Amino acid sequence: MPALFQKSANRLPLQLILYLCVVACVATAGVTYYMTPKYTRVGYAPIQPVPYSHAKHVGELGLDCRYCHSTIDTAGAAVPTAQTCMNCHSQIRTASPALASVRASFETGRPIPWVHVHVMPSFVYFDHSVHVNRGVGCVECHGKVNEMDVVTQRKPMSMGFCLDCHRAPAERMRERKDVFNLDSPTIAEAKGILVAREFIREWKISPPQSCSGCHR
Amino acid sequence: MPHAAQLPAGAPAILGEVRPASLPRAQLVGHGRGFSWITEKICGIAEEKTPPWWWWCFGVACVIASFTVAGLTYLVSTGVGVWGHRSPVNWAWDIVNFVFWIGIGHAGTLISAILCLLRQKWRTSINRSAEAMTIFAVVCAAIFPVFHLGRIWYSWFLFPLPNSNIVWQNYRSPLEWDVFAVSTYGTVSVLFWYVGMIPDLATFRDRFAAAGRNMRAKIYGVFAMGWRGSARHWSNYEMAYLILAGIAAPLVLSVHTIVSFDFAVSLLPGWHTTIFPPYFVAGAIFSGFGMVLTLALPLRAVYRLEDLITQYHIDCMCKITLATGTMVGYAYAMEFFIAWYGANPYEGFAFINRAFGPYAWAYWIMVTCNVVTPQFFWFKKVRQCTWLVWVLSLFVNCGMWFERFVIIATSLARDFLPSSWGYYSPSVVEIFTFFGTFGVFSVLFLLFIRFCPIMAMAELKAVTPQAIPDAGHAPPGESPHG
Repeated sequence: MPALFQKSANRLPLQLILYLCVVACVATAGVTYYMTPKYTRVGYAPIQPVPYSHAKHVGELGLDCRYCHSTIDTAGAAVPTAQTCMNCHSQIRTASPALASVRASFETGRPIPWVHVHVMPSFVYFDHSVHVNRGVGCVECHGKVNEMDVVTQRKPMSMGFCLDCHRAPAERMRERKDVFNLDSPTIAEAKGILVAREFIREWKISPPQSCSGCHR
Repeated sequence: MPHAAQLPAGAPAILGEVRPASLPRAQLVGHGRGFSWITEKICGIAEEKTPPWWWWCFGVACVIASFTVAGLTYLVSTGVGVWGHRSPVNWAWDIVNFVFWIGIGHAGTLISAILCLLRQKWRTSINRSAEAMTIFAVVCAAIFPVFHLGRIWYSWFLFPLPNSNIVWQNYRSPLEWDVFAVSTYGTVSVLFWYVGMIPDLATFRDRFAAAGRNMRAKIYGVFAMGWRGSARHWSNYEMAYLILAGIAAPLVLSVHTIVSFDFAVSLLPGWHTTIFPPYFVAGAIFSGFGMVLTLALPLRAVYRLEDLITQYHIDCMCKITLATGTMVGYAYAMEFFIAWYGANPYEGFAFINRAFGPYAWAYWIMVTCNVVTPQFFWFKKVRQCTWLVWVLSLFVNCGMWFERFVIIATSLARDFLPSSWGYYSPSVVEIFTFFGTFGVFSVLFLLFIRFCPIMAMAELKAVTPQAIPDAGHAPPGESPHG
C-alpha cells in the first residue's frame, strides 16, 4: 500500500502554525492601525458650503470662539446662523462671490448646510457646557482651529480618547480665562502638575468613568 | 485451590472450613468478544452505507435546528425584545437554557476525566459519545448568553482584548468568570475528545486506505497526525491522556461552581446561598447522566451494541443518576431548612413562594422529576428494563430544565418591591429558539455517529477477556480484570 502522504507532510503542521502566527500578527497590526478612529476619523476635512477660514477669522482677526458658537458655555454646540456672518459682512466684502450662499441664506432664511466634522455618536451623552465651564479648553478636543483654513478633525474622539482625560483630568485642565484661548498652555504646563491637582480638588472635578456617565 | 493451606499460623481452625463465596467481576464486554469483533463493529458503523434511518433523523434534526436559526436571525434583526424578558424578570429562558446545556456536558467530563483517574473501566464504552455530547452541549449553551447580548457583533467584548475604547472587563462580575470557565471547559473538552480519538482515527485511516477509499483515508489521516501505533507513540499518548484527565478533573467541579456564582454572588433571596456550588455540580452530573442514558440506549439498540454497553454499564449509570439525584433532593430540602433556620423573612418568603406561589406548578414538576424519578433506580428490575430506564432519563432531563427555571424565574418575579412583581412567560420566539437547540445538538450528534469512532476501540480492547494474558486458563466469570 503506498503511503498516503508525502514525507514533506511531516513539516506541514509547523508550517501551518507559523503561517497562522504571521497572519494573526498582520491582522492584529492591520486592525490596530486601520480600524480605529485614530486612522478612520483623524484628518477628516470635508468641503464646506462656504469657504470660511478659521485661520483668518480667529488666528488673524482674533474672533472669540463664542462669537459664532454662542451657546457653547450654556448648552450644546451651535453653528452660527447667516445673521451672525452678516453682522460684519453686511459692511465688509459685501459683493464677495464666496459669500453668495451666506447672503442667500440671510435673505431666504434657509440655513447654510454646514457639514458636521466632529460627529459624536447618538449613544453618547456629551455636554459642551460642563466641559468648557470647568476648564477643558476647546483645543483639547478640536486642536488648533485658529490655524486651520479648512476645519479638520485632529483628535480621534474615540472612547479611549474621552477616557484618557476622564481618568487623568489634571494634566489637561486650563485656567478658566484660557479655555477659549487656543494657544494657551495647560495649568500643568504653566505651573506644574501639583497646581493642576490643586485646581482639580478646588473645583471638585470628578469626571464620570462609569458606563452610564456617558451612555445614558 | 486448597484454601486451608494459606491459613497463617495460629488462625482459628474454623477458617479452614469456610468456603469463601466467589464474587465474579462483571464482564465489561459481553460474550467474550475479541479484538477483531470490536474493530469490525465500530468501524463498520462509519464504513457502511448511510442507513435510511440516519437520513430521516438528520432531516428532522435539520428542520428542528432551523427553528433556532430563524429565531436568532429574527432576534438579531429586531432586538432582544423579541424574547419575553420584562422587568422584573430580565433574564429567564436564556440563562435557564444556558445552565441546562452546560450542566448536561458535565457527565462527559466526569466520565472522561474523573472516572479515568479512578480507573473505572466501565467508562470505556461510553466515554467517547459522552465527550461528544459535552462538546455539542457547550455549543448549544454558548448560543444563549451570546445572543442575549443582542448586538452579537460586540460579543468579542467578553474577552479582555485591547481596544480603542480603553475599557476592560469587570473581573468582579461572575458573568466574566463564566466566560473563562466555559471557554476553558470547551477547549479542554475538545482536546480531550480529540486526543482520545487519535488511535481510532488511525484505524479508520488504515481501513479506508485498504478499502481503496483514498479521499476519506486522507481526511482521517490528517486528523490521525501520523499515528503508527508504535510503543513510543502509545507511551506518549497514555501520558498526554493522563495529563489531560488531570487538567479536566477540576473542571468538572469548577465550571458549574462558577455558573452557580452567577446567582449565588448576587443578593437576591433564593439565589444568595452557599449551598449553590455543590448543589449545582451534583445537579449537573445528574442531568448529564440523564442525557448520556437518553443518547446511549437508542444508540445501543440501533447498532446492536449490547455486548459493549452491557447491563453492567447501564447499572453503573443508573446508580450515579440515583446518587446525584438524591443529593439534589437533599439540597432542595436543605434550602428550605436554611431558609427557616436562617430566620431571614425575605429568604423564607422566597422559598414558600417557590413551592406555593405562582410558579408552584414548575416547582412540583421539578421535585417529581428530580427527586422521585431517580428513586426507581434502587430496583434492579427497573434498571434491567431498558425502555423504562430511557423514559426515566427523559424525566431527569426535563426535571433539571425545570430546576433552573424555578430558581431563576421565582426569585426574580418576586422582587423586594411588591409593586414591581410580575409573572414571566416566554415568547414564541424564545420557545422556538430553545426547541431548535435540540435540533442543533442532534445534527451534531448524528454527524458524530456517522463520521467518528463512536467508542474508544483501543481502550475497549484493553478490557476484553482476550486482553488478559491467561485468558484461556481462567474459569469463566473469574477474570481478575473488570
